[in-house]
Amino acid sequence: MVAWLGFERRVAVRFLREGRMQSLLIIVGVAAGVAVVAYISALISGLQANTLEKTLGAQPHVSISPLEDTVLSARAELPAGTTVLQQTQPRAQRARSLGEWQSLVPLLEALPGVAAVSPMVTGAGLALRGQAQKSISVVGVDLDRYDRIVNLRRKVVAGTARLGPGEAVIGLELARDLGVRVGDRLSIVTGSGSGSESGSESGSEGSGITDSARVTALVDFGVRELNRRTVIVPLRAAQSLVGLPGGATNIDLTLRDVWAAPALSAQLAQRWPYKVESWQDTNASLVSALNAQSISTGLIRAVVMVVVVLGIASVLVVTVVQKRREIGILRAMGATQGQVLRVFLLQGAIVGALGSALGVLLAVGLIAAFTSFVRGSDGLPLFAITLTPGLALRIAAVATVCGVLAAVAPARRAAKLDPAQAIRM
Amino acid sequence: MSPTTPTPATGNASATASVSPLIEGVDLRKSYNLGQPNEAEVLHGVSLTLARGEFVALIGPSGSGKSTLLNIIGLLERATAGHYRVQGQETTGLGDAELTALRGRALGFVFQFHHLLPAFTALENVTLPALMREGRVSAAQLARAREVLAAMGLEQAMAKRPGELSGGMQQRVAIARALVLQPPLVLADEPTGNLDTASSNEVFALMRRMHAELQISFLIVTHDPRLAARCDRVIELVDGRIERDEPVRAQPAEPPDQGLA
Repeated sequence: MVAWLGFERRVAVRFLREGRMQSLLIIVGVAAGVAVVAYISALISGLQANTLEKTLGAQPHVSISPLEDTVLSARAELPAGTTVLQQTQPRAQRARSLGEWQSLVPLLEALPGVAAVSPMVTGAGLALRGQAQKSISVVGVDLDRYDRIVNLRRKVVAGTARLGPGEAVIGLELARDLGVRVGDRLSIVTGSGSGSESGSESGSEGSGITDSARVTALVDFGVRELNRRTVIVPLRAAQSLVGLPGGATNIDLTLRDVWAAPALSAQLAQRWPYKVESWQDTNASLVSALNAQSISTGLIRAVVMVVVVLGIASVLVVTVVQKRREIGILRAMGATQGQVLRVFLLQGAIVGALGSALGVLLAVGLIAAFTSFVRGSDGLPLFAITLTPGLALRIAAVATVCGVLAAVAPARRAAKLDPAQAIRM
Repeated sequence: MSPTTPTPATGNASATASVSPLIEGVDLRKSYNLGQPNEAEVLHGVSLTLARGEFVALIGPSGSGKSTLLNIIGLLERATAGHYRVQGQETTGLGDAELTALRGRALGFVFQFHHLLPAFTALENVTLPALMREGRVSAAQLARAREVLAAMGLEQAMAKRPGELSGGMQQRVAIARALVLQPPLVLADEPTGNLDTASSNEVFALMRRMHAELQISFLIVTHDPRLAARCDRVIELVDGRIERDEPVRAQPAEPPDQGLA
């Protein structure tokens, strides 16, 4: 029977229209605030997504490797309270294979949230071609599996990624350093010919293992250091180069949700006696930088919203004073305190909603300007920054709620006005 | 001081006066700044009764407590002591919401300074009470508002904002607004105090006509003795007490420019 807030809506809109300049100014103020919040949110999420993509594009979300060798004390148990001063020489870490990795792979693949699993063998070596020699990191993989971890095929800049026996994919800078083009051969030498169980720590047998490979593709990992050092060979070739026949030095995982990595790592480390690291462990400084960035954007957004709330509130406080008489007459005519309260709450909501609509448009404009004017050295936009409809809606909803909250105090004041006094004014 | 006697129906429009009084105030007192050193009692035990269909003037010098009494009768203020009943309902102890509802149902207001909402047209001002009560204005209510405005000679003014109307026209719109829901009692605080003689006569005549046509009671605060003399009953308030409460005996001749009453 009672049309929803018909009276309140009508009066709120008229009051706002009546205070033209005042209403316009505060709506523009809210719009500016909303635009800043929307723009910063879009910018930071674009920036973070870009940074994450760059970082995670060349590395696994979770990496499993053998536990490191440690020195255990052989001392007999001492009586309680005995202080022991000991100095221990840390063990040199030799290349070791993950035990039973072949049976581990299907188990990992079956875990929920795991998108890809890639066993691999890594080791250090030298790449030789003619007089040139470069220190490299040998990475032995199954191409299809590895591709799902780092999107290798998308990073190929020359040739076609293929890893048949005797073939290799190498980093762009390394190819330049060695003067290698697609189709050329290079030699790979490793110093681990002594075998894994010999206990020799110097690796100075002199004879190392040499292999030769034809380059099928050059890749750009997006990280110069990787481009300069990486040589990707078939798993089997790497196993013999590193001296771990049939072994795997680590297993890389890609997850569907990158943020689930720490939890999964902890779970895996508890289940199996391996060293499990998430990308957050290996990029601790990046993670803390991202966190700091998120916190400061949150802070900026909060401060802007507080300013918006104060702006709306101050205008409405003035409106209540200006409209004392009209409030009084409405009350005399039978308007309830609740109705007067809602008239002002509604004004806050309308200002918030109109301001956010305008603000979102403004933010879209700012983003368009950013994308067209701010370009990288290659003339392309630095990174994708978009204001998703979901984000825009969320911000608009928050601003509207802020408008209502801002109106609470003035609205209560209006509702509490003594009608007899208000009319006499 | 003088004891209040419910006035018997006095001729013309009051013929429909019902047995139960429309409003009844018993020993009403009002003090401001209660409990403070500057506490002051402005009404010292006022008792009065209004029957349905009366047309009453409330007169008295400035500071006599007229406005305070009107506010109490209008449920805009509460008496400090005493009893006040509207249509038989005791109002002492009612909460704000109940007072508001009763006010909306039983009372219409006309103020000295018109108090129309400047952002609304004349027609919208008149439909506000309906909008307020039901959240919407039905076609019937809209028609009724037009009818009342037309009856007051305001056909041309309906779509205009108060700022575009003369003082007399604004006051007529305010009367239309007070009458549109046909409350049993309209309280008018110096309704002509702000108008020139011609407009003042016009507005007064209009109130008399509505009283006659709709059997709506009027309580009019005024300090114009000529106006008071044209009401059916005069209550005079002096220093917060009723000094005189009597029917007006001889209706003076209507001024020549009056054709409406």
